[in-house]
Amino acid sequence: MKKKADFVHPYIPNSVRHIKDKMLREIGVETIEDLYKDIPEELRFKEEMKLPPPITSECRLERHIKKILGKNLNCEENLSFLGGGCTRHHVPAICDEINRRSEFLTAYAGEPYEDHGRFQALFEYQSLMAELLDMDVVNVPTYDWCQSAGTVIRMAERITGREKILVSAHISPERSAAVNNYCRPVMDVISIAHDSRTGWLDLEDLRSKMDSGTAGFYFENPSYLGILETQVREIADIIHGPGGLVLTGVDPISLGVIAPPVQYGADIVCGDIQSLGIHMNYGGGQGGFIATRDEEKFVMEYPSRLFGITKTMVEGELGFGDVAYERTSFGQREKGKEFVGTHAALWGITAAVYLSLMGPKGMTELGKNVLQKAQYTAKRLSALPGVAAPRFEAPFFKEFTVDFSGTGLTVKKINDRLLKEGIFGGIDLSGVFPECGQSALLCLTEQHTLDDIERLVRALAGIFEGEGRNK
Amino acid sequence: MSERKKVQPRNFHQARWNEPVIFDLHTEGERGILVPSVEEEIKASIGDGLSAVPDHLRRKFPPALPEISQMRVLKHFLRLSQQCLGADLNVDIGQGTCTMKYSPKIHEMLVRLPQVAELHPLQEERTVQGALEIIHSLDLFLREISGLDFFSFQPGGGAAAILAMASIFHAYHKKKGEDRRRDEVITTIFSHPSDAAAAAVKGYKIITLYPDERGYPDVEALREAVSDRTAGLLITNPEDTGIFNPRIAEFTRIIHEAGGLCGYDQANANGILGITRAREADFDLCFFNLHKTFSSPHGCGGPAVGAMGVRKKLKDFLPVPIVEFDGGKYFLNQDLPHSIGKVRGYCCVFPVVLRAYAWILNLGAAGLNEAARVAVLNNNYVLEKIKRINGASAPYAEEHHRIEQVRYSWEKLTRETGITTEDVICRMADFGFHLWTSHHPFIVPEPFTIEPTESYSKDELDEYINGLKKVVEEARTDPEKVKKAPHNSVVHKIDPSPLDDPERWAITWRAYLKKSEA
Repeated sequence: MKKKADFVHPYIPNSVRHIKDKMLREIGVETIEDLYKDIPEELRFKEEMKLPPPITSECRLERHIKKILGKNLNCEENLSFLGGGCTRHHVPAICDEINRRSEFLTAYAGEPYEDHGRFQALFEYQSLMAELLDMDVVNVPTYDWCQSAGTVIRMAERITGREKILVSAHISPERSAAVNNYCRPVMDVISIAHDSRTGWLDLEDLRSKMDSGTAGFYFENPSYLGILETQVREIADIIHGPGGLVLTGVDPISLGVIAPPVQYGADIVCGDIQSLGIHMNYGGGQGGFIATRDEEKFVMEYPSRLFGITKTMVEGELGFGDVAYERTSFGQREKGKEFVGTHAALWGITAAVYLSLMGPKGMTELGKNVLQKAQYTAKRLSALPGVAAPRFEAPFFKEFTVDFSGTGLTVKKINDRLLKEGIFGGIDLSGVFPECGQSALLCLTEQHTLDDIERLVRALAGIFEGEGRNK
Repeated sequence: MSERKKVQPRNFHQARWNEPVIFDLHTEGERGILVPSVEEEIKASIGDGLSAVPDHLRRKFPPALPEISQMRVLKHFLRLSQQCLGADLNVDIGQGTCTMKYSPKIHEMLVRLPQVAELHPLQEERTVQGALEIIHSLDLFLREISGLDFFSFQPGGGAAAILAMASIFHAYHKKKGEDRRRDEVITTIFSHPSDAAAAAVKGYKIITLYPDERGYPDVEALREAVSDRTAGLLITNPEDTGIFNPRIAEFTRIIHEAGGLCGYDQANANGILGITRAREADFDLCFFNLHKTFSSPHGCGGPAVGAMGVRKKLKDFLPVPIVEFDGGKYFLNQDLPHSIGKVRGYCCVFPVVLRAYAWILNLGAAGLNEAARVAVLNNNYVLEKIKRINGASAPYAEEHHRIEQVRYSWEKLTRETGITTEDVICRMADFGFHLWTSHHPFIVPEPFTIEPTESYSKDELDEYINGLKKVVEEARTDPEKVKKAPHNSVVHKIDPSPLDDPERWAITWRAYLKKSEA
């Protein structure tokens, strides 16, 4: 039988036979197999892994994967009103230009010297977010808002020494599931109701459940249902009275126009940075932030990396490094605070680019833009027969509920019909928030044009008309 | 080019732009990007939008973000990027345990297509069949690679996967009514710190085993630690030392006999692909870091995925959703009766999943095996060369080979010259190299950890080793030069003292300004 030529993959340089032989000689063994002696026979996998035949050329691989991806419909070619914590805001070209740079994309855990740029970029991320949030400490990003919410609750537990936490019922179902798992079995998570007419928090429910054994209260503003909570000072008073902490989740892109939570009594603030210059990536664009005041009792409870600024041995030169590294699980394993590791740093750098480009004017204009689009869309939709938009009386930011119950149609049916016209309708709330009836959560951003909104209104009017005729 | 010339440490100087912190680039009135204007009809219909927001909820003064023109923002971050040394530029073998392998550029082109980037995670299933097909295919690949039965891609990193495994421990024992009694998790000191830390978040008491005198995980210590309070085992193998635990099947047997579950930390499985699997060692759960073994770039620390696999009996405990195929279409299964819920939002970090899929498909079974074998070859080659450096050693398992990495020690060098591992690290930066110490605590004195992976050529490995040799030579001839390093990196030695002092630490620019004024 003819001996097959050695296959050398472009990603594996030392597959080259004569190099391999040279290295084996240097080690003093005959075959690579000799290097695996520590792995006992009975643990060896004797077969070949049943994987598809490889597509070894880049040319064919690209074609193969593009063909599969071609089965997706995306939010660029279609008109999407999906939000709920992941939103299609505009991504400035420079955000992608920076986060695709080899230096940032393929760096990891370098020292403050050869990776000075990574430290500075993330320090700047922390600093820019701090201005937006009006707080003095922000962490290197966590995985996402789910993780940040879980962590701020556990921080509150450690700071207060209390194991009960109150959580608003109007947080996203994703977050609720993650928070519950993150707290179980150490903490009791108690849900606080919202008024079914206004959408605002039920202060009586909050008051009756808050006590001196409770670490605090976690709520989001705007809430998952888009509502701006206005009773913020009352909430802070109820929680602070018995010594609890106010934990607030926020969409940072709202903060050009909406007051940052610290200004109405929040002690720890968290949220997601996906809206700040990061593509949705089918959920891969999320990154969580946490912010506090610059007090030791807060700082020492962060599990995350915190990059700080310092001097070097050269006069006038600035350097960076880890603040209070010993508090982390890298420093002290299980005695550190929760855990740290690889989370979403590249998105932090991207958000820094975004905020640097937007500046104060950009953030204010964008906030107004979104408010106007959302309010206009709600107004137009509520003019349709049987449609209530918003379903709740409270003011809202970029998302709002649309109640279709009066049309006799389910959200599912409406969204199916919209999809046929290239429109992704809002998130169907009917399963998760049954009190909302057949409601959808619609999200508007600066991407949407008047034409887009009119297209949605026309499509819905057409659906209702068609249904009317069929009856 | 002569061989000698190719492999000497180079005359290097990293970019040093002295780029100010971005706030110092502020010029009032400059703009970086414009927001689209709102159509007149909209304004006419609802006004400025702001009036609908109650006064006390409106922001009273704009955020004090800097105002900078577009090209200057670009230049700033490009300069910062040049002051950062990614694997694409570095011979990045000095970050042991992290598998700094090549991340193919074709993947970057693919993940930036709108069919990936512009997908919303809550789109209707029928509109994301391509994405679901890729996720499910990767699940099938990893089943084969691990021998386990179902995978979740929800954990956003290795530590999150460990949290998910510990959460499954809890849910599993709760179902059996044993969750209160089973409150201990066992790990080893050379397992990743997250194995201990993430399990502690679930309220577990952590028992940490130390190795026997030869550096192997101690099976006698395990026997003593295990009891009816054992919830499970979370263990890295090969450990941070690069030593494969030959008695790993005994470990899992002992835990199983005590009624516990076994979770395999295979964050880094780069040396054992196709060689040995979680199934053969009888683990119930395992996870792979797709940003390590499976080529997704590290991104300065994420986004990432810790792909967690389980055996059939634990499928119902997985976080939801998982992606399945009904013979006709792919769908998100949200309905697992004992699910722990979620450890992250949505299904997965899809671009990372896509890159891992592409990498495995490109290499195939034989290619994966070759990657592992060459990673091990490279590691043992570097081990052999470093052992010959006067001052370096590779504690434990003497006369044995290692799998994909080695934790070395400069103990002898420090004793003889006063040069510490931190000093060596700083000096290596002058040659364009990164070197890392070890996880804490430093069990190995003056540690450094090297993992060559399969990606670097012999010449590159030689260049790196010659860099180490040069620093050691300097340690003996010109120790001050090493002590004062780095000289040719971006900045000089930092003063770490403010970083641990609450009065002086500054985690943001505004805090820095306040504290500098005070």
